[in-house]
Amino acid sequence: MSGDKGAGGPRGSRQAPLLVAPGDDLGDSGELEAGHGVLAINGRLRALKQGRMSNRDGTVSIEPRRTAYVPRPSDLVIGYIEGCTSNIWFIDIGAPFNAILPMSLGPSKAEFGGIRKILDIGDAILCRVQEVDENHSSVVTMKGMGLRAIRAGSVEDIDPHLLGRLIGRGGNNLRQLKEDTECRVVAGDNGRVWLDGDLSGIIDARDRLNALLTEAKVEEYRGDA
Amino acid sequence: MGGYGDVQCIDENGIRLDGRTKDEVRPVHIETGVVPVADGSARMTWGLNDVIAAVYGPMEAHPRKIQRQDRAVLDVRYNMAPFSTTDRIRPGFNRRSREISKVTAEALESVVLTELYPRSKIRVEIEIICAEAGTRCAGITAASVALAHAGIPMTDMVVSVASGKVHDIVVCDLNKEEDNYGEADLPMGILPNTGELVFLQMDGDLSPEQFQEAWDYNMVAAKVIHEEMVRALKGGDE
Repeated sequence: MSGDKGAGGPRGSRQAPLLVAPGDDLGDSGELEAGHGVLAINGRLRALKQGRMSNRDGTVSIEPRRTAYVPRPSDLVIGYIEGCTSNIWFIDIGAPFNAILPMSLGPSKAEFGGIRKILDIGDAILCRVQEVDENHSSVVTMKGMGLRAIRAGSVEDIDPHLLGRLIGRGGNNLRQLKEDTECRVVAGDNGRVWLDGDLSGIIDARDRLNALLTEAKVEEYRGDA
Repeated sequence: MGGYGDVQCIDENGIRLDGRTKDEVRPVHIETGVVPVADGSARMTWGLNDVIAAVYGPMEAHPRKIQRQDRAVLDVRYNMAPFSTTDRIRPGFNRRSREISKVTAEALESVVLTELYPRSKIRVEIEIICAEAGTRCAGITAASVALAHAGIPMTDMVVSVASGKVHDIVVCDLNKEEDNYGEADLPMGILPNTGELVFLQMDGDLSPEQFQEAWDYNMVAAKVIHEEMVRALKGGDE
């Protein structure tokens, strides 16, 4: 267990990440603060997820290897239309629950019975999470700059927690990807990435995306990321 | 002899049919990521047992009547493949698989933080590819690893192991012959980091001393299996 390997004591500054599994003992809750993915149980900090532990100024957190996307207000997401009524679209945003897109927040208004002429089932859209209630039901909007139906290009899925690696420090990796492939690249907070441009550019971008993610996973498993 | 036949499961030196001593666990190997389309998955070989567990979700719970407003529900389906035993098993759910699905769900619910995903469902599929003995234990253990692999928040992983009595001798981790011709078995679900118990069944009769001995064997075996679970999750066979 990782807890037996010296994760127990208080730490002043950031230290090298350590791979942990659920239930691992991460230290004394009286000396350390529980951050993301950590819970204090009977005076000990326990890991809740599989991932990399980090200690930043006494706050122990876990960056999980895999996690479900949970929507938060103002998240930029890419969704697929899964269904509709006369004035509401149901959107798959990769969360446990479908979001709803009321016609008042959609791209344009339709006459009664004509909702599928605007956005049909299977269409991809770039939208923003407007609100999330305590039951994780969410409402998305397409009112905002850049929000639109996705009619061209390709949408790729990656694990949401790997978005940070895709974007890079200060957006460096993402900027480099755009420059090298001459593609428009939009990364949604739900782990979907829209690639748009020439076909060769899209294929190149997709290959680079896969290579980046493979590399990230290998590093994670080695524990030296 | 258990009164069911002339099978000699343990010799005079305490060596069992498969060459193990009475406190030894069958070889265990676990790998993760074996079902790419699942959110998390694990394959466990434990002796001749071969089990695949896959986790999907959290997702919207359907039908709506199974939704819980304050937590997620665990939908566990344990199934033995028709070819998993020497006698063909009729495909589909039966009373035994329903019972094991239920106890597995209850054991796992005690560690999964279901309150983080209200109204949703976490689907756990356990498929027994090859059965020797202790498939419910292997199923629970593999499901625990698959849940951890899927990133579902858990306070600990459940390790399940069974000890039992054969020819009035308590032995750890029963194999097929011992399960068939033995007098009792005691499957337990253990949280290895705290030693808490989340699941216990007993088939047959054990004296208090034998019960204690079987309990101690299970606790020690749980640590061994837990090490392999952690290795699979940290080492990464993907």
